[in-house]
Order: sequence, then structure tokens, then C-alpha cells
Amino acid sequence: MVAIHSVNVMKGDIHMEGSTVHRALGLTDAEAVEIERILGRSPNHLELAMYAVMWSEHCSYKSSRLHLRRLPSEGEAVLVGPGENAGVLDVGDGIAAAIRIESHNHPSAIEPYQGAATGAGGILRDIFTMGARPIALMDALRVGPLEDARSRWILDGVVSGISGYGNSVGVPNVGGELVCDPTYLGNPLVNVACLGLLPVERLVLGRASGVGNLAVLLGSATGRDGIGGVSVLASAGFGSNGDEGAADGEGGRPAPGGGEEDTAKRPSVQIGDPYEEKRLIEACLALLDAGLVVGIQDLGGAGLACATSETASRGGVGMDVDVSAVPRREPAMAPFEVMTSESQERMLAIVTPADLDAVLAVCRRWEVRAAVVGRVTGEEGRLRILDGPGGAVLANVPAASLHEDAPRYDRPLAPPPARAAAPPIPPPDDAGADLLDLLLDPSWVYRQYDSQLFLNTVEGPGGDAAVLRLEHPTTGADTGRALALTTDGNHRWCALDPRRGTAMIVAESVANLACVGARPLALVDCLNFGNPEHPEVMWQLSESIDGMAEACLALGLPVVGGNVSLYNESQGHDIDPTPVVTALGMIDHLERRPPGVTLVPDGALFLLGPRSSDLGGSRWAAGRQGGRPTGVLAPLDLAAHRGVCRLVRDLVAAGLVAGVHDVADGGLAVCLAELVAGSGIGAEVDGLDGHGELFGEAASRMVLCVHSEDSDEVTRRAAEAGVALATIGRAGGVRLVVDELVDLAVDQVVGGWRRALPEGLRAATATVG
Amino acid sequence: MSVRVGVVVFPGSNCERDAAKVMTSLGAQAEMLWHADASVQDCDAVVVPGGFAHGDYLRPGAIARFSPVMSAVAAFADAGGPVVGICNGFQVLTEAGLLPGALQKNRGLKFLCTTVEVRVESPRSVLTSRVAPGTILHIPVNHFEGNYTCAPSTLRELQSDERIILRYVDNPNGSIDDIAGICSPGRNVVGLMPHPERASDPLLGSADGVALLSSLLDAAGGPAKPHGPWAQDRDREMPARLSTAAGTPSSRQAS
Repeated sequence: MVAIHSVNVMKGDIHMEGSTVHRALGLTDAEAVEIERILGRSPNHLELAMYAVMWSEHCSYKSSRLHLRRLPSEGEAVLVGPGENAGVLDVGDGIAAAIRIESHNHPSAIEPYQGAATGAGGILRDIFTMGARPIALMDALRVGPLEDARSRWILDGVVSGISGYGNSVGVPNVGGELVCDPTYLGNPLVNVACLGLLPVERLVLGRASGVGNLAVLLGSATGRDGIGGVSVLASAGFGSNGDEGAADGEGGRPAPGGGEEDTAKRPSVQIGDPYEEKRLIEACLALLDAGLVVGIQDLGGAGLACATSETASRGGVGMDVDVSAVPRREPAMAPFEVMTSESQERMLAIVTPADLDAVLAVCRRWEVRAAVVGRVTGEEGRLRILDGPGGAVLANVPAASLHEDAPRYDRPLAPPPARAAAPPIPPPDDAGADLLDLLLDPSWVYRQYDSQLFLNTVEGPGGDAAVLRLEHPTTGADTGRALALTTDGNHRWCALDPRRGTAMIVAESVANLACVGARPLALVDCLNFGNPEHPEVMWQLSESIDGMAEACLALGLPVVGGNVSLYNESQGHDIDPTPVVTALGMIDHLERRPPGVTLVPDGALFLLGPRSSDLGGSRWAAGRQGGRPTGVLAPLDLAAHRGVCRLVRDLVAAGLVAGVHDVADGGLAVCLAELVAGSGIGAEVDGLDGHGELFGEAASRMVLCVHSEDSDEVTRRAAEAGVALATIGRAGGVRLVVDELVDLAVDQVVGGWRRALPEGLRAATATVG
Repeated sequence: MSVRVGVVVFPGSNCERDAAKVMTSLGAQAEMLWHADASVQDCDAVVVPGGFAHGDYLRPGAIARFSPVMSAVAAFADAGGPVVGICNGFQVLTEAGLLPGALQKNRGLKFLCTTVEVRVESPRSVLTSRVAPGTILHIPVNHFEGNYTCAPSTLRELQSDERIILRYVDNPNGSIDDIAGICSPGRNVVGLMPHPERASDPLLGSADGVALLSSLLDAAGGPAKPHGPWAQDRDREMPARLSTAAGTPSSRQAS
């Protein structure tokens, strides 16, 4: 994958080896010229390799940075906003919460198990880098349809990878999403979010300081795995078996030519070792507890090149790195391989010389390898790579030029051509059968994850939002409060209207928090988009960011961190725009378990929020149009949405709700069916405005199941809050009946819901296994 | 003095804090026992918690049995001290030869995290003395290798000696004879795949594990209670040959 196999130390001149070396590394001609300008000379191979990984889309956000600035990131509780390894919030009682979401889409497409496993490993390191103990993971998975054998193989491998890594490293996985849709054929999305807790005073930042302090590399030895992962793999699309290169844009980016070439990218995927990570977590938290580190940074994408330049750049200092001191897995590794390897389970700690022995003792206890590989210098922010202490200088660049001074692109953007008006969709022949087709119980996925470790999981996967009892991370003191966590996305909404669609996703996340009685605290986002060199993709990205900004401002959610994954394309097709958000909420008094997605016999069924029969963007409508999103999204009134969510939150907190679910993907039909499936209790619903209201996905609607004796109080509170409330029926019996539209036995609903995923995957053993 | 419960910590263990937290909430004093130290200190009971000791490299428990602490645990068990292995701890105890049989990969070849129903089959163990036989408990399982197996002769012995103390109501992993938990001939060493510490608080969904862990604290009761209900049962009903093979609780070294 990388054209150079030998390195001419300090003599290398890209012109000597031919002017295409930088292209093979993923740099454009213009970027190569800029590097020469920064250095005042031609870079050698090692320097070029370091710029290539650091200036990759994955590390530098060069296409998205200009737009990301529009997201609101300020808030009362925000301790650390975007730009660090994770966002950090003050959650009271001396506790801070660190949160982040990341994608591992391309590695998971090539090698599902390791791709997903190392995605989990990477996000965990981002969290404990901040001094936090990771307490929960969530995974948002998107693959092609289950009819496709490769998609089944990817899903099985991805879930096994997250299970194998997350369970073993010992962090519960408390929820997520699973979407199967043709837009992800060939380019699955694997987004993993992580939440951690730390005592506020332990907060550390990834920066080096103190001239003479030592850079100590902790964890795994460095091997050849993952070299160029961020540049060659994560920042280019996938080709087809045919002719059309997927990413043949400006500046001669290499066009991944075909299936074989994609397979050849497999060595760019890293290999994970959760046991190494587990010991690394314990060792790092022990070091932080003992106050033995000045700064700490994980090694992820771009490896040592990234960790050394970022810590030096953030700290405004220089750093000398002795590449020969880096423990290696393989003989004869070239310096550029050592500096850009993405070998997993490594951390870079900055420690004072006086503390070194104590640091090494902690590492010995946890059987974690530790090696002094560098020293903080005052050399005007220079990052120098040396061959042995006082040895030859192999590279000498301004640290900030790798990190802060990476190029930023204001790429052209243009809305896609207007869609031809879709033909009107005839009403369903059998709405009950259509409903059964929309049901999918994801428990096959989440039963493979440990969701309960640490004894805080009040509400695990499968509900609207996970609920985690909030205890002090070191003293274990119970605060009587809880954190809530939800992950949401919807590519159909965003394909039709990235701005409103993204706002609706943020709104849905707040609704999910309300269902468990939580108020929103903050949000992190993972923006999965196609090729940014396509103007319509840049337009989608820009619109999506604006929609997120509008919704977050209106709903009081600072965006404290995020991740951008571009070049999600396969066989010349960009994926539908897929922003995914993870929202963190707070339950101020955890007095009881949240009601959950359930019904009680003879409970009154209320529909809160605006009535709507609009089918725009709905899954049902897409199913009638060959799977493509269709129509126009119903309007979203953010102020009204906030009112509905506040009411639901208060009702849940007051214990007036017996069961609750928001209306989202699949509309009221899926909402009701999931309430039935969650309880095994039937429901009779009437007075809906036809199949439009049944399958439409307009925002701000929630279904409540309320004990008869609480009905009047709930009705009174809704009126007081100015929230529309309609009585739509009653729970009970053994059938789900909706007007003349649906009449299904509870067993059919439960069975169809439960069987959908295992049966969809069962074919995998027949055709692939 | 409250009862001291030692919780063994291998690199890769991950349920040690949970076990300690629940033991503490039940009034015990929890001590972490580091795997490299060949001592159970002066603990009255030992819990080998869940997790992935030494990364489960080779196979679960295969390396952990060589950790120095295990020789101390074996001596403590030989002397009649109560020892409970939960999940990975059960795997470690079988590898260490403190319990018979082995845990193989689940039928279905997938990791499984879910709450299951287990039936208490015998109150005659350090973990079940407080629970009437036939009682159904809701307790989470969380394992990939929880499929218990053993030689036919061992199974007959476990059955005839009433050493199968917990069975799954609806077998989730393919375990032979629906076995969820067994005990040693002396009834003081117990291994089980379900996690009683995860069923310790109604807020988390179930508190059915408390009766089990409280039984363990009874057994660990120290000089004031040298013979817990489990031991009385044992003295009354245990076949003589097993009694002599296993030593008696009164010969315990722990105070």
C-alpha cells in the first residue's frame, strides 16, 4: 500500500525518489509544496510519512474543521470541550464525566472483528487518557441488508469484535443501534461511544510540559500493524471490482481500484489485545491516582507521530524522541514504520525524572511494558526524531505544524439536484403485515455484551436510553442520582433533508432521555458522510452541522466532542448522510427504575405531542419506494419539542408513568408494537388518522401507558404544560388492534420482533459459513 | 469484628470491585488478594471473582491456576475454608482442581449476557444454606465458556452426593444436566456461572443473589459460628467417605 520500503535518512528528497512518493502516502501535490514551505527544504521520507498521517482527513479534520466551529460547545457544566481526547462535564458531587464517540468504519469493512474491536479499544483510551475510568460503551452499527451475505458476515464479525474486546477489557456495553439498509452495502458504519467518570481533581490533559521531563511509552511493543491506517484506509473510499475509482479527486489521491486492492488494505487494520488494554487502564489510573504523570496521551491513529506532536504542540514545548528506544515487535523496522505504526494498547506519559522509578514500579505490578522514549525540550516547539540518545537527527519539524497547522479546506459545496417528485404511495394492503416487516429485536446483538459490570446498570440495552447509577468513581459514594445515555441516528431523514433530519435526531435523543426521566446535559456527535470532494457531500455535511447546532441551542445541549468520518463510499456511491449523536442526561433523583418500554393491563394509552399523518422520510414509505427515502420531512418545532420532553421527564420522575416510548423509526406502529413486545400485553388503539398517522415519523410524539388512577393527573399536567394529549386507547388483552388497520395476536408481534434478526442471520451459516 | 472476605485479583479480573462492594454492603470487610501474593491473609472466606484472569489466554483459568495466590486458596479450601468461584472464578477453580469438570464454550458459540432463572437444588453448601431447595432465583449470567461438562462418573457422583447446588430452569449454554453451580465434597468450595453479586439490588432488577452471598457470610462467620447451617447439614447427612476426604470445618486455620 505504501510505495516506499526503504528510507534515506536525512538525505531523502521527494524529488530524488520521484515526485509521486507523497501521493502514495495520501498527500496531495499542494500539501507536499506546503510541507516544503514549512520546513524551508524538502522533507525526508520519515518527515513526509509523519505529515502524511497527521494531515490525513482522519487526524486533521481538514475538510470539516471550518464547519464544526458552528456547533455550540459552551455550557455551565462543560469542563473540557471539543479538541481534547474527550469532552468532560462537571456532574456534581466532585465527579466529572468524560464522553466521546468515534467511528471505525473502514477497518470494520475490511476486517470486521479486529476493526470493531480496536474501535472499542481506541475510544476507551480516549476516555482514560482524561483520567477517567471508562464505565460504559454504546455501539451504533449500520450494515447492508441481511439478505446480503457479506453484510451478515460483517455484522457477525463486528458484534463478536466488540463483544470480545469490551467484555474482556471489562467495560459494560449499555446500548446502541442496529440499522440494516442498502446504503451501507460495502461501507458499514461502526460507531462506538464511551462514557467515563473521574474525580474532578484528577482531570488531566494530553500535553507535555517541563523541559527535561521524560516521555515514557507504556503498553504494547510497536509492530507493523496499522501503518498508514488513517491515511490509506480511513481517508479514502472503497473501490468496486470494476473501473470507477471511488476517491479519484483532487491532487492525485490514489484511486482504490478494486476489490483486490481493498483486501490488500487488510494490513492497515490494527490487531487488538483487550488484556493488554485492561492492564494498561489499571496501570494508568494507578499512575494518575498517585499523581505520577504530568500529562498523558493515547496512541491511536498515526501512532507515535501523533502522540508526540500533539502533546508537544498543546504544551507549547519541543520534544526529542529516540526512535531506537521504542520497544518493537519485529526486527528491522524502519523509523517511519515505528513512528506511524498504529499498534494498539499504547500510551505516552510525560513524567518527571524524579518520579520515573515510581512509574516503572506501578507498570511492573500491572505487567505493563514501559520505556523512556523521549524528553521534553525547549527547542522552540521542534519535534526531533533521533537515532539513539544524542544520535543522528532523523527528522526535525515544528510539532505544531503536524497538529495545529494542518491544512484546512473550504471545499466547494452544492445541494444535490432536486429529486423528482415521488409518485403517490397507495395505502397498505395489509398494514399488520407491513408492521411485522418493520420489527426487529436487537437483543441478538446486545446479549453478546456484558451490560452489567460495575453494578450501576439500572436500565440496560433495549430501552429508550440506558440508565447508570451515579457513584463517585473512587469513594463509591452513591449520589442518589443517575446518568442516562442514548445513541441515535436516522439516515433516511438526513438523506431527504440533512438539516432538519439532523435536528430531528438531536430531538429524538432528548426524547429518549426524557423517557427515562433524564434532562439533557451534553452531546457528542459522529458525522459519517461520503466523499468530501463531492460538493453535494460537503453540502450535506454543512447542512447537517447547521441542523445540529440549531437543535442543540434550542434544547440546551452543548456539543462537547465529536468525530468526523468521511470517504464513506463504495462502488462510486456515497452513503446517505449519517450523523449519529450520543446524548448524556441526568436523573436528579433516582428513586425507582424508569418505567421502560412496556404496558400494564388496563393502562390508558396517551399520545403526547402534535398529531401528524405525514409519511415524509418514514421507513414504511421508503419500503414502498424500493428502499429509498421519499417525501418531505414534517416540520420540527423545537420549542414545542422541549415542552413535550420536559412534561414526560416530570411525569416519569413523579412515578405517574407505567410505560413509555417515543415515536421514531417506524412511526407509531413500531412504537406500539414495541410496547406490546416489551410487555407481552396487547393494546387496542382507535381514532388514528389512517395509515399516515400509523407509519409517519413526525417528531415530538410519545406514547404513555398510565395506570387508570393516574389518568386524570397526567391529563391535568399535560394541559398545564400546554402539551397536546390525546387518548388513543387502552392496554390489555392478547391482541394489538389499531382501528381497521392492524389486528395482530400478541404472540405474532412478539414472535416477529424476536425472530427477525436471528432468522435474518441464520441464512449466513447456509451461504457463508 | 465483621467477617473478612478475601477477593482474589488477577490481572484481567474485572468483577472484583463488584464482589467487594456487595460483600461490604452485607456487613463484611472485603480484602483484595493480589494474585502474586501466596496468601489469603487472615480472611474468613475467599471469593474468586469474574473476569478474564490473565486474559483467558490458552483457556479460561489455565494460567490463573499457577498464580501464587492459588496455592494459598487451595490450602485454605483443604482446611475447610469457604471458597466461592463466580463465573471466571468457577473456571479457575476447575482448572486448579478444587472442583471437578470443566467449562467449555456455550452451545451456540456466542457470549451470553442475560438474566436467567436458576433453581436451588441443595441448601447444603456454603453458598446456599439460607435458601430452601426448589427456590427459583433470578440471576444474571455473563459468559462465553459457561457450558459445564464432566466425565459420566463425576456427574453420577455430583448427582448422588447432592453436589449440584444450582440448576438452570431453561438451560442457556448447554451445560450437562442443566448445571449452574456445584460444590466440593466438603461443600465448602462452590463454583457457579451466574453472578449473585449482580443480583444484589432491586434497583438493578433483582436482589435474589443476596440470599446466596449471605449464606457465604454465615459460613465465614468465624469462631462465634464455627458450624453454619451448611456444616450442620453436612455433618448430619454427608456420607462418611466424603467427610474424611475433605476435612472438617473446625479444622480451618482461619479465625
